[in-house]
Formats: sequence, structure tokens, C-alpha cells
Amino acid sequence: MSASTGSQPARAGRIAAWPQELRWALTDVRVLTWRTLARIATTPEQLLNVTVQPLIFVLLFSYVFNGAIILPGHGNYREYLIAGIFAINMGGTAQGTAIGLAVDLSSGLIDRFRSLPMSRAAVLAGRTLADLAMTLVAAAITAASGLLVGWRIHRGPADVLLALGLALLFAYAAAWAGACVGMLARGAESAQAVGLTVIVPLSLTSNAFISTAHLTPWLRDIANWNPVSVLAAACRQLLGNPDPAAAISSWPMQHPELASALWSAALIAVLAPLAVWLYVRRARH
Amino acid sequence: MIEARGLAKSFGSARALTGLDLSVPAGSTMCLLGPNGAGKTTAVRMLATLLRPDAGWARVAGHDVVAAGHAVRRRIGLSGQYASVDECLTGRSNLVMIGELSRLPRREAKRRAAELLARFDLQDAARRPVRTYSGGMRRRLDLAASLLGRPSVLFLDEPTTGLDPHSRLALWGVIRGLVADGTTLLLTTQYLEEADQIADRICVIDGGRVTAEGTPAELKARVGTAHLMLTIPAAALTRAAEILCCHAAGPVRRLPGGGSLEVPVFPRAGLVTDVVRVLDAAGIEVDDIALRQPSLTDVFHALTRREASTGPDGERAA
Repeated sequence: MSASTGSQPARAGRIAAWPQELRWALTDVRVLTWRTLARIATTPEQLLNVTVQPLIFVLLFSYVFNGAIILPGHGNYREYLIAGIFAINMGGTAQGTAIGLAVDLSSGLIDRFRSLPMSRAAVLAGRTLADLAMTLVAAAITAASGLLVGWRIHRGPADVLLALGLALLFAYAAAWAGACVGMLARGAESAQAVGLTVIVPLSLTSNAFISTAHLTPWLRDIANWNPVSVLAAACRQLLGNPDPAAAISSWPMQHPELASALWSAALIAVLAPLAVWLYVRRARH
Repeated sequence: MIEARGLAKSFGSARALTGLDLSVPAGSTMCLLGPNGAGKTTAVRMLATLLRPDAGWARVAGHDVVAAGHAVRRRIGLSGQYASVDECLTGRSNLVMIGELSRLPRREAKRRAAELLARFDLQDAARRPVRTYSGGMRRRLDLAASLLGRPSVLFLDEPTTGLDPHSRLALWGVIRGLVADGTTLLLTTQYLEEADQIADRICVIDGGRVTAEGTPAELKARVGTAHLMLTIPAAALTRAAEILCCHAAGPVRRLPGGGSLEVPVFPRAGLVTDVVRVLDAAGIEVDDIALRQPSLTDVFHALTRREASTGPDGERAA
């Protein structure tokens, strides 16, 4: 066990050991991603969040709001709605990550991980990757139920893949935000409470369900820069769905693909190191 | 193998540990014994690199716990007060996962998991989620999990707390097996019997510091007195008590229910024979006689109460 790295490795030895350390870190991430997904086999109710919930959202909003909300330019509301629900689901990834990590912290399992010679970032990386995979299920269910209520894709596969890529990038950023919340929360309940107080306002001050054109100016500015709005606008544009936001002279609404990519990249660049730092700091007390 | 000097830790204004000195040679078993809140868990968490000490230093398996935490983690196993395994995974999946995280190749992790499941009598439950396990099975799985990386130093924090007597006995058997394999073991417990059964040496801690250290026999000898329990015909009790007074190490007590005396004595060779002879010479028949050695309970009460107020004079055996 100790043969691969001596107790007092020379500097050269330490550098030579790098690829080995990296391989081990990747193994840790793989094992912990697998662990989060393997839990579903014994507790399938964990899938409700990413299966039944998107389905209910699509059915509920497409029947309740259809007709009540008139889009500028009179576009098809159901075609408009699906990208919005899609974007909200991507942001919702944060909730699963926050609660999952909070539960792990309170169960003592994280103590076991900390006593093992494993990579410290792997606990968070494994969790966020597994949650990303779950979000993929939510995306598929949203799309399938969207097709059911009359939503259609009007562009080619390249645009669709780009939309999916932007969506997953945002979901990954949201997962890291959730990781930060999970590290700060006192338990699953507080993680859930914090998650909801952020996710609900963020979802509703966006163009997910409505057009931002008629909002009060200050609220409109917030909504136009909201990463949920930006992702929804990008998806609408890439999938050829009604996109009245294209007429809004706000930079993120004029360049939603680029804006969404920048938003997600910036969030990951800040939140991922922050979450790891919080994890290590929590270890020390 | 484990070496600590002046290890201290506070949580806010609460001083959990005020200066722990500890020395556990390779292959031996040390027990940290103390009441709830004595600082046992804090000590283990610092030695296992989960907590950073405020003061002092510790070396485990030759590495500093702060400066070389990663090297320490490579050589230790930890089983905590609460079973730290994934409730939603099967027993086998838990062990394979922890094996891989302990740097075993996947195939080796699987092989070792199967071996440990068999050794801890968990094969039949191996494919069930851990949430269906009983308390004893969970503890055994948790212990198995701490052994996957073949640690040379093992920390067991109150391994049998909350278990029924049968499961406790079974777990003691398992722990003795590990000790026989040459693992260095640091065990914490609030059960005196457990310390007596398993440990080579005992370190009594109370209020965040060491109040006594030694082998179970040494600690018992420190308390000094054993008790002679005598059963004598009721008519001769008063006279027997008078005679035994000059042989006793303290006041002779008449036990409720009549017919029995409890005599504190300093144990020595030939003591029982002498007592019987003296009573026989006085014409008193002895129906029954037994020598009760001081138990660790006596030691525990003596050390965690009395000496906490009188200070640690002469407590440091090392």
C-alpha cells in the first residue's frame, strides 16, 4: 500500500507521482458518482424530482396559463413555455445537490470519506456529476411531455445539441451553487429552505412563464440578466420557438447563447473552488 | 505508533481537551476510558486528521497529523460512534466503494469486500440495503469498512455503544482477532469491562485531560483495596467483626440481610488462610469466604471523581 509513494518523497519523486495522483482523483470521482447513482436502485423515489415533477410542471402550466398569457407577437404559448420549464429544471439541480450533501454531512459518511486517503474535491465533484446525470433525465421528461402538449423543435441537430450543452452547463453551475449551500447548511431541512428561497424568486423573476416586455423597468432589467431567462431565450432561439425577447434591446437578450455560456462559466469558476474551500474548512472546525 | 503531546482543542469557549499526552507502541492496544464529554471523541478525531488541534502535536504511523495528513490517512482505519456507511447502498457496495477510495484496484476491492463480509458474518445480508440491517450488523459493517485498506493503526470510537450484550460479545471477539493480527488499536469506551477485556493499557481521561494511565492491573492496584466477603452464623457476627477489625484496611461493614461481613483488605499471599485461622482459633465457623478484587468500576469512580479535585500528583506513570 505504501510502496507507491515513500513517506518522505524527494521533490522529483513527488512530481513523478503527479499522474498517479490524478488517476486516483479521477477514480475517486468515478466511484462517488457511481455511489450517488447506485442509491437510486434501492431508493427509486429519489427519481420523483426528475420525472414526475417536470411532467406535472409541463401539464400544469401549459393548461393553466395557455390563453391567460398573450405573448408579444401572439406566438404559441405552449411552444414558448417548454424552454422556460427546461431552464427552471436545470436551475433546480441545485436543490438535489444541496440536500444530498447536507444529508451526507449529518450522517457521518463524510467523516469516513475524510479519514480515507482520497481526493478532497472528489466528494463534491462526484455528487455534482451524478446530479447532472439526473438532470438529464429531467430534460428528457420535459421534452417528451412538451411534445405531448404541442411543443416542437424547428431547427437541426447541431442547434439542438448546442441548446442541450448550454442547458447542462447551467445545470452544472447550479449544482455547484447547491454544493455551497449544502456545505453551509445545518441539515437537510435548512438546505431545502435555503434552496427554495433562492430558486423560487430566481425562477419567477425570469421570462420562463411570461414575457419580460411589460415588467416595470428595474424588474425588467433584473429579469433580462437573470441566468434562467438567458438560458430560456437561448433555447428558444436555438430550437426555433417563439422568442419575443429577441426584440428587447438588452445585451443578454440580444446574445443569449454567448450570455448563457458566460454566466455558467463564471458561476462554475467562482462556486466550484468556493464549495471545495467550504468543504475543507468544515473539516477543520 | 501513536504519539501525542499536549494535544488541545476548544470549541468556542468549551474546552474539549486541555492537553493530552499519549503513547501507544506498535501492535499494542490502548483504551481511552472516560465518561461522556471527557474528550475521547475529540482526541480520536484529531489523531485521525478529522480535526485540527489548537495546540500540541501528534504523530500517527510516523507522520504528523497536521503536516502530513494524507500520509496518515493512508495508514489508518476509523470506525466512529455512529455507523458511517451509506444507508441506501447494499453492504457489499459500501465495502467495494470504500475499498476503491482506499486506493485498492477495483478487482482487489471486490475480493477484499467478499473476504470481510464472510469474516464478519454478513454474507447473507451482503446484497441488502444497509437501512435494513440491525444495529449489530451495522457496527460490524462499519468495522469491516475501516479495515479495507489494511490499516496499521485502527481507531475505534465507542464501537459497542448501544449494542445488546450478545452483539457486544461478538464484536469483542472480532476486535481481539484484529489485535492478534498485530494492528495497533486505539479504542475509546465508557464501559470499564470493555477496557478490561480488550486493552493492554488504559488511559483514563476526564474533563479534557489524562487522570491516570497504566495496565488494567496497575490501575486496580492503585485503588489498592480488595474486599473479603464472609458468611458467618448470625450469633458470631459481632465478635467476628471485632476480631477482623485489626486485619482490615478500613471499616468492616455488616451487609444487609444478616450473616455476611464485608472486610476491606490489602490483597497479599496467604491472606484468606490467615483470616480463617484467626476466626477458627476464636471458635467461629466460616460458612463461606470470597475475595473480591477491585474492579475497574472502583478505579473509574476513584479516578474520575476524587482525583479531579486533588490534581494530577504522581499520575503520569510514563
